[in-house]
Amino acid sequence: MDENQTNRIKQILLKIGHLVGLFIAMAIICLPGLWIVLSSLRPTVEIMAKPPVWIPESLSFDAYIAMFSGVGQGGIPVLDYFRNSIIISVTSTVIALAIGLAGGYAFARYRFRGKTAIFLGFMLTRTVPGIALSLPLFFVYAKLGIIDTHFGLIIAYVALNVPFTVWLIDGFFRQVPRDLAEAAQIDGCTRWQAFWQVEFPLARSGIASAGIFAFLISWNEFALASQLTRSTNSKTLPVGLLDYTAEFTIDWRGMCALAVVMIIPALTLTFIVQKHLVSGLTSGAVKG
Amino acid sequence: MATVSLKNLVKKYGSLEVVHAINLDVADREFVALVGPSGCGKSTTLRMIAGLEPISGGHIHIGDREVNNLPPRQRNISMVFQSYALYPHMTVAENMGFSLKIAGKSQDQIASAVADAAKTLGLEELLERRPSQLSGGQRQRVAMGRAIVRHPDVFLFDEPLSNLDAKLRMQMRTEIKKLHAKVQSTVIYVTHDQVEAMTLADRIVIMRDGHIEQVGPPEEVFRRPATRFVAGFIGSPTMNLHNAVVSDGRLVFGNGDTLPLPGQFRDRVTAGQKVIFGLRPDDLYPTGHGIHSGEAAEVHSVEVPVSLTEPLGNETLVFAEFAGQDWISRMLNPKTLRSGERISLSFDLSQSHLFDAGTEKSLRE
Repeated sequence: MDENQTNRIKQILLKIGHLVGLFIAMAIICLPGLWIVLSSLRPTVEIMAKPPVWIPESLSFDAYIAMFSGVGQGGIPVLDYFRNSIIISVTSTVIALAIGLAGGYAFARYRFRGKTAIFLGFMLTRTVPGIALSLPLFFVYAKLGIIDTHFGLIIAYVALNVPFTVWLIDGFFRQVPRDLAEAAQIDGCTRWQAFWQVEFPLARSGIASAGIFAFLISWNEFALASQLTRSTNSKTLPVGLLDYTAEFTIDWRGMCALAVVMIIPALTLTFIVQKHLVSGLTSGAVKG
Repeated sequence: MATVSLKNLVKKYGSLEVVHAINLDVADREFVALVGPSGCGKSTTLRMIAGLEPISGGHIHIGDREVNNLPPRQRNISMVFQSYALYPHMTVAENMGFSLKIAGKSQDQIASAVADAAKTLGLEELLERRPSQLSGGQRQRVAMGRAIVRHPDVFLFDEPLSNLDAKLRMQMRTEIKKLHAKVQSTVIYVTHDQVEAMTLADRIVIMRDGHIEQVGPPEEVFRRPATRFVAGFIGSPTMNLHNAVVSDGRLVFGNGDTLPLPGQFRDRVTAGQKVIFGLRPDDLYPTGHGIHSGEAAEVHSVEVPVSLTEPLGNETLVFAEFAGQDWISRMLNPKTLRSGERISLSFDLSQSHLFDAGTEKSLRE
């Protein structure tokens, strides 16, 4: 067989290997999600069966119907939780983005005393596990009387997300050449106009991804929320999942159904914002 | 259109002073090039004129307005950046019309101004493209287009051609010259390339370490460099510059070789004075292969060995050894020379320069 033929076969085999590898990786990533969706649609007996039942025998939306049926009929105040989750996640994301935008821009563009130390300090706060904060936060919040309020969770999440958004947005502003803002100023912009007309549009993809991350962190956060919320006033969806645990039983099917309800908005948001995540928007600005 | 005047302009970064009280007057419609090696303060000076860099002392006037503390947008200037700095999220037309849009001009006004500028620069076909779809030369032209649409008082160019390849650079150089002839505005042009400065400018400002070394028309800075630094910086290949001591009406070099003291300096030096002798390669040539420099030529010939030749086609650069140093000479109507070959080298002393070894200033009047 000549060399070209061997190389061709080698390439084909390599390609097949790649695809199989990718399939396995994707399966590992996606299977739990798929399993949650499946489990929400099948009877509890089947979920708990040993050995596992791979192909469901019957599917029903009973769990979803029950979820929205109100207290007493297996329902939970899912709409309240949903509303709380939305209010808390969106507000904290918007605030964290606004602060992240200002902070990230400052870190990317200005020189000031203690810049590295402050930046490092920001990052260090992220190394503290959330659960470790819950007890001290609980005491402080109890004293301030902001337990079981939207406000309490929002400021906790803002604090959690700001270092992250600052760090991410800083990176994106660094990629926008300084010359552009200067050119805009010469073209007649104020510093503020130069930012909004030129630098902001170019960093938009980074800001969008920071937004998604901040939203998902707030949306899925459980450790702090479970300590700092009490009632339908402020309980978020992840905490709501606990409603399916009773003293001796856990309603796995209901829990899975609520999990699916939780996933849908997050997935939708990511999907919408995704198209803004086009990188390489700055190409062509300066030489190259 | 306007004049630009810098008075005792100073720039400090903390305690480090990078521009030392420079003075410069640029006339209306004049093309002035700031030239010097990197770190000489030329770009900083330009950025101070633009208002992108706050000044630490002195005054800047554009026209009869003092602009010391005005932001860039109130100075009515345009600037072409080395990196072009085109807005990547806008089309060519939007890039060029951006300043007018910010100024609140109507769509029609913007469109006609952009169309005018595009016509001047041959950009009509490219108006709907984005910067990423353009070549280097086209981007450069769009950057110039963006500068001319608003008819500023002063154009500032910050090394606009450094990112282009040699051929394109020459082409754009010509275009900038044509553009200046057409729009007739005041231009301040920063470059580290002395050829660009020589070919484009009405006057050249040579800077070094935050000081202005000399200001003058290209011909003058070339013919009559005020300092050793200017002599070495302007001209290609560079001027031969070698240390010597004046003794008995002769210049004595390090190894004892001598040249007659050029006539024009006879009354300007004293015996024992340490000097730097300068002679352009054009005024140093293998005997019989030089440029005729008239009857006044004060030519002195020496027999020297050739160390290296660089043939350029119509001429050859001959490196020859004299006084223990390599001297570059220019041979017109070249003939083949081998290294080591001994030739007669003619020094046209009437064209020579002498600088004081201490102050490095020219010893001419």
